[in-house]
Amino acid sequence: MHADTVKPDTGVDASSIHNARLGIVFFLFYFLLYAGFVAIVTFKYEWMARPMLGGLNLAIVYGMGLILAAIVMAIIYMLLCKRPVAP
Amino acid sequence: MPQQTSVLAIVIFLMFVGFTLGLSFWLGRKAKTAGGYFAAHGQVGWFVNGIAFAGDYLSAASFLGICGMIAFYGYDGFLYSIGFLAGWVVALFVIAEPIKRLGKYTFADALDAKFNSKGIKLAAAISTLVVSIFYLIPQMVGAGSLLKALLHLPAHNWHGLDLNHALGVIVVGGVVITIVVTAGMVSTTWVQFIKGSLLVVFCSGLVVAILANGINVNGERASDGAASVTVAPGQLAATRVTPEPPTSARQVTALEGGKIVTGPLGPSEFIAELSDATILQWKKDPAAGMWVGTEVRGSDQLVPGGYFTGIRSPELVKKLDFISLMLALFCGTASLPHILIRYYTVKDAAAARKSTVVGIISIGFFYMLTLYIGLGAMVSGAMDPADSNMAAPLLARTFGDVPFALITAIAFTTVLGTVSGLILAAAGAVAHDLIESVMGHKLNDHAKVGAAKWASVVVGAIAVVLGILAKDFNVGFLVGWAFNVAASANLPAIVMLLFWRGTTKQGMIASILVGTFGSVTWLLLTKEAFANFYGIKTHDGYMPFSQPGLVTIPLSFAVLVVVSLLTRKSNYRIAV
Repeated sequence: MHADTVKPDTGVDASSIHNARLGIVFFLFYFLLYAGFVAIVTFKYEWMARPMLGGLNLAIVYGMGLILAAIVMAIIYMLLCKRPVAP
Repeated sequence: MPQQTSVLAIVIFLMFVGFTLGLSFWLGRKAKTAGGYFAAHGQVGWFVNGIAFAGDYLSAASFLGICGMIAFYGYDGFLYSIGFLAGWVVALFVIAEPIKRLGKYTFADALDAKFNSKGIKLAAAISTLVVSIFYLIPQMVGAGSLLKALLHLPAHNWHGLDLNHALGVIVVGGVVITIVVTAGMVSTTWVQFIKGSLLVVFCSGLVVAILANGINVNGERASDGAASVTVAPGQLAATRVTPEPPTSARQVTALEGGKIVTGPLGPSEFIAELSDATILQWKKDPAAGMWVGTEVRGSDQLVPGGYFTGIRSPELVKKLDFISLMLALFCGTASLPHILIRYYTVKDAAAARKSTVVGIISIGFFYMLTLYIGLGAMVSGAMDPADSNMAAPLLARTFGDVPFALITAIAFTTVLGTVSGLILAAAGAVAHDLIESVMGHKLNDHAKVGAAKWASVVVGAIAVVLGILAKDFNVGFLVGWAFNVAASANLPAIVMLLFWRGTTKQGMIASILVGTFGSVTWLLLTKEAFANFYGIKTHDGYMPFSQPGLVTIPLSFAVLVVVSLLTRKSNYRIAV
């Protein structure tokens, strides 16, 4: 027997099911954003030179936007996740 | 390029390394049990773990490789930043909580939680070792470049081997092995926490300095006294040819409106001014033995296609390399063993989730900074034409010896932090997965920790040798390869275990092995491997593109599904 405190947390309950479903929805939304970016770069790369906000081109705006979106979505996800209910 | 050794830089560097080692020894006294050595007793706070995620993840590739690639090739380096961060979306939304529930010390524990199969443990351990070594190589390459720039020793070559680079690799290998052998996850966590914090803080300061300095003209127009040649699309003027290496790989030769300096700029103003500037790009013509400088518009640096030239081709096969890389980056983060083990250092699934969010915020912010650091290096007039990995430290040097020393030291601790995590993951694969689970040699805590320490030495030594041989690679490119292997080997098994009841142990074993060896075989047969590993620069390789993910990730999924369907009758179903 190992004298340590690391044990797998095996509880699957309503909160973890809710969090998992929420995670899948968020994942699919972000995947669409990311796939759109990759598709434009691959097949319509010239669009990336188009000026957008404040003189910045689409490449800069979309690229920075993906990073910001990941941060914002992560925070929202954390706020919406449910904690396990104590027995 | 002519530079002098900075004693101040070396002193600050040694102070950082000394502090890191001292912290390691002090904290290492607490890691006596296997639980302490591999998982820090599962008691790391979520905030510390989140910053440690950043410290673990932001390696030489992120700081040196990406900034160097942006400096040399423009926007395409930033594509790595976008892809690397996007991978955390998969980790947070899909993997974090379930993987925490399934495991104990290693990611192999998680995969095997339902089956108790030696085959799964063996396959997962093999993939952990392969991915860890692939990831270790670019870290060692980065470390070699850093020490070479720091020490400025006279060039020494032995049978084509750069001895200064080799010295840097050996030094970092020795320091890291010492850290891992003496301490384990507790020390590694705090080293990564400190490193992650320092990296974000100092890079923020560097960007503030870049913006405050603005953009200055630091090169002569190619048209000044140079012979005229046919102007190709994307070029502005004539080329300049010289036998001597230029002082910088990129030079600003003109600004909008005839300005010589712009003065302080805001973030969007900096991009706008660079877009309107004229940049002189220097490249070596090996056949002629001459350096050729070609003027381009700054706006050409802010769109894709500078490095991934295939996206501008009408042929689909040439575009596939880029698609494959972006897929591998998206899928790779959640598949990296040294990231996954960090989920076992926190107490529960909620802490795993929160620490991932903290990691995403700090990593995302850092990746935003990389665009400005890379572009700042491009216009700094201080880029070493022979080494794309040193763009960021040399940029810092333009602000003085102290910033250079700090950034070099932080970059070195960046390597230490990541390499520590990688070697620890590999050591866990050997001691916990291979020796105890697969070979059946039950070890007490003391013996298990001892076995892990010996494994650390061996893995570290292998990484040192390969890091010396891979000197000519850009570290960001090499890490992209590691992501390909990780995503191909591990992600299908993790995802299908969590979401498909029909997954069998045979399916998982086959998937991991096919993904691992399929992707590695592909990589070793590419044009880049022939040029930079085998030294045969004229060989075109045997693969149509350099990033295998587009083929090997779906292949690994397909193998898992097919083998699981063929073997499902002989196995009980898993209940997710």
